[in-house]
Amino acid sequence: MALAPVPVGSRFDPPVIDPRDRGGPAQPLLIARELRKHFPVKGARGKSVQAVDGVSFTVRKGETLGIVGESGCGKSTLARLLLHLVVPDAGELVFDGEAVGTSGGIAVNALRRQVQIVFQDSYSSLNPRMPVRDSVAFGPFIQGRKKAEARDLARDILAKVGLNADLFGPRYPHELSGGQKQRVNIARALATGPRMVILDEPVSALDKSVEAQVLNLLRALKRQLNLTYVFISHDLNVVRYISDRVLVMYLGRIVELGPVDMIFDRPLHPYTRALLASRPSMDPAHRIEEPPISGDPPNPIDPPSGCRFRTRCPFAEPVCEHTAPPLAEWLGMNSHIAACHMQDPGSGHSRAGRT
Amino acid sequence: MSDIALDKPLETFDEQAAPATLVRGYWQSVFNRLRHDPVTLFFAAIVLLIVLAAIFAPLVAPFDPYKDSVIARLKPIGWRDHLLGTDELGRDMLSRLIYGGRVSLLMGVVPVLIASIVGGLLGVVGGFAGGRVNTAIMRAMDVFYAFPSVLLAVAVAGAMGGGIGNGMLALTLVFIPPMCRVTETATTQVRALDYIEAARATGAGTITIIRYHVLGNVLGPVFVYASSLVSVSILLASGLSFLGLGVRPPTADWGLMLSTLRQSIYVVPFVCALPGAAIFVTSISFNLVSDGLRAAMDVRM
Amino acid sequence: MDGSADPPLVEVSDLSVEFVSREATVHAVNGISFAARRGEVLCILGESGSGKSVTLRSLIRLLPRNARVDGSVRVNGRDVLAMGARELRDLRGGLVAMVFQEPMTALDPVYTIGQQIGETVRRHTGSDRGAARERALELLELVGIPSAVRRLDAYPHELSGGLRQRAIIAMALSCNPQLLLADEPTTALDATVQVQVLVLLRRLQRELGMGMIFVTHDLGVAAEIADTIAVMYAGRIVETGPVAQVLSHPLHPYTAGLLASTVHGQHKDRDIDAIPGSPPDMRRLPQGCSFAPRCTRRSAACRTTVPEPRFPAPGRMAACLNLPVGAE
Repeated sequence: MALAPVPVGSRFDPPVIDPRDRGGPAQPLLIARELRKHFPVKGARGKSVQAVDGVSFTVRKGETLGIVGESGCGKSTLARLLLHLVVPDAGELVFDGEAVGTSGGIAVNALRRQVQIVFQDSYSSLNPRMPVRDSVAFGPFIQGRKKAEARDLARDILAKVGLNADLFGPRYPHELSGGQKQRVNIARALATGPRMVILDEPVSALDKSVEAQVLNLLRALKRQLNLTYVFISHDLNVVRYISDRVLVMYLGRIVELGPVDMIFDRPLHPYTRALLASRPSMDPAHRIEEPPISGDPPNPIDPPSGCRFRTRCPFAEPVCEHTAPPLAEWLGMNSHIAACHMQDPGSGHSRAGRT
Repeated sequence: MSDIALDKPLETFDEQAAPATLVRGYWQSVFNRLRHDPVTLFFAAIVLLIVLAAIFAPLVAPFDPYKDSVIARLKPIGWRDHLLGTDELGRDMLSRLIYGGRVSLLMGVVPVLIASIVGGLLGVVGGFAGGRVNTAIMRAMDVFYAFPSVLLAVAVAGAMGGGIGNGMLALTLVFIPPMCRVTETATTQVRALDYIEAARATGAGTITIIRYHVLGNVLGPVFVYASSLVSVSILLASGLSFLGLGVRPPTADWGLMLSTLRQSIYVVPFVCALPGAAIFVTSISFNLVSDGLRAAMDVRM
Repeated sequence: MDGSADPPLVEVSDLSVEFVSREATVHAVNGISFAARRGEVLCILGESGSGKSVTLRSLIRLLPRNARVDGSVRVNGRDVLAMGARELRDLRGGLVAMVFQEPMTALDPVYTIGQQIGETVRRHTGSDRGAARERALELLELVGIPSAVRRLDAYPHELSGGLRQRAIIAMALSCNPQLLLADEPTTALDATVQVQVLVLLRRLQRELGMGMIFVTHDLGVAAEIADTIAVMYAGRIVETGPVAQVLSHPLHPYTAGLLASTVHGQHKDRDIDAIPGSPPDMRRLPQGCSFAPRCTRRSAACRTTVPEPRFPAPGRMAACLNLPVGAE
């Protein structure tokens, strides 16, 4: 697997070929098509929380796809759908060219050997009654290794995340700081040797100084272990720093998708613009005078008809109420698309085709 | 070797990496907390005393509990060698109390133990499976919950004809629903936590997850609740014997002793009250120890 | 100090707070002194465990029973630590009001918003129900809640997070406090809602001329709202000064480290300059400067001596033995 030396840390590293690779470098590692998940509301017949509603995207091998959105947008549900921890109501997943969960494709169990998830650090992300090294060794143990072998693997991976296995291995989660616990979470996800890691708000619960350490660690691990990341966060600055491409979600749907610099420098969708403008400025001389939009994100149980953002959108028109704007056609990795009538010349919106 | 060494202790500040408290492990810290709790320790000592006396009854009891004597009937405390007097058949009270402890403890602990296993199993299955299985199990338990425990115990023991075995069976049935409920609640709570999802994400099956992740976290509250049930069980068992539905004479049992000594209460009141005192002290000691355990195990770390 | 003749609204001198329990003693706050002036916003910035929330709560003695407080806290010239129970109740909600982080748990779920605000108004002004309701309506409109009349009779769970936080702010303002204490009021809110609440708080503070002490861990939020900023680490204040100066020319290495490690436009291919290590265990503070184990500027003296506050420029304080050369 040795390749010619390339500048360390460059994101233009040619992808290293994993022995488990099936589809080749051009095949996206993950394709999601029209994923849908509605949770029925107890007691209110017919009503459901439309957590994820027709989401499609791809993840290229070796990239970091960032997913941003506020509460209720469905990003956490989406994270679980990608691993079939929650079974989708509709839609399909294709991992390295093989359909997930169908005969002839890849079984969910096999998928879970190649895709893992890191949760937001909370007291509930590690078993409080297990020493940390056992929590990390659990995955390999389940996947067939003997206990001694699994323990050794756990030692190695703990070292990789910067924790001295002798010092930290026997400890219990309550004896670790937030940053240390999160490293253990990362170690646990990596112990089974996945190719893709889904990170669900991995740094949101950490102090800023520790957040920086963990982000550096994630970047280094990605290079060393040739990983692909799906990075979910509500923090735009973090997403900008770590992602190659970004997907913006609102109330269960994708509103914008594209390369990170294009999303941040030239956002197309009014929601993305509002989100970017809501970031506190670090300069006291240039404070935000007016909030970019008003109101709260609406309830995912009864989303507005047509375009779900129309209730808060300064450009909403009658067409937005009747028709849900489709996400423009995705043409490739550098495609920058948005689901907005203003982007679609034939939509009937007064500002269509002019932005 | 990683090119990150962020948690390597800076050379001269190794205490950064050392654990803050030297106590590790959950049970170790529980034990530590208990050590500083004088009330719980005191009552735990009493429980220990009662248990030891019951186990070593033949060595500890001064007289044969079944040896009756016509002349030595209903003698007060301290009469000749009888430290606590004699009962209505002339048998030594102290010896009968000690031997009675055996029965009480047996009928206190065994039903709770069996109920914990059976109820616990049902609770874990229900809590983990959720949905209809859970509903089926919990509603079945609710049927038994509809009866007050004393009534249910009396009804079952009575229907089966009394005796120590049937008494224990009745108590076991009474305790299965609450054990099931406590276990189900604890299991449902644990089930929703992230580390269970993480375990599922590695491909672990249900039994494996229950074995490694659920049981260890559920046993704590279950154990505490079970220990509080022992005190209730002792009371109920004594009640059953009092009503004649438990142990049969001449076996020494505190409830039975209360019943037979009832008529003699105006003759030697203190002696007749002794079995009641024994029930009270044993039951409350178990109760307070269970409370202390709960407090020691409850602290969020 | 500038030439203002007004006594400070809040004067804290050598405040220390410890939490004593059977297992250990947590030294949450270790001898801090600061002042907050009328009509100004002081932001206390720190990470978890720095003691910032405990400091805020000590100003109205809203601490758990096992807290041991030492030092002096004066609000509007009155000694808070010496107050009796009734005086304290009058102070809380009256002269001083507090807004918390979690909008859901700060409101009682079985009473409507109107009832809860009304209760506070009646408690402090003795008005009748009608007048209290009028005042509640006035307040809801002041904080920008749309359809305020309808919302008066709404229960907390019927409002969204942003509206709930506004309702809490309304409740806090109900008795015209001179000092508003805010403990991370926007941390639990979504980004688009956070900015609304920040702008609202700033506007209200200016219009009503209140003093405000705002606790946060977010540098961006501090930049948006503060006039003065006090940086806390391990229970001590390590740096204070006007916000623009502290953020552009930090004196203390922790502040500098915090600025460098905040993710804000760093280039993707370079590591972020993270502060190594983790915050100390508040049960066993190291001798000397508590930041020394993680500090790039540390010297031998740092391990044995707790740095005293230094005042290298008017209005600026830094507690460090090795201030940058030519600090201005």
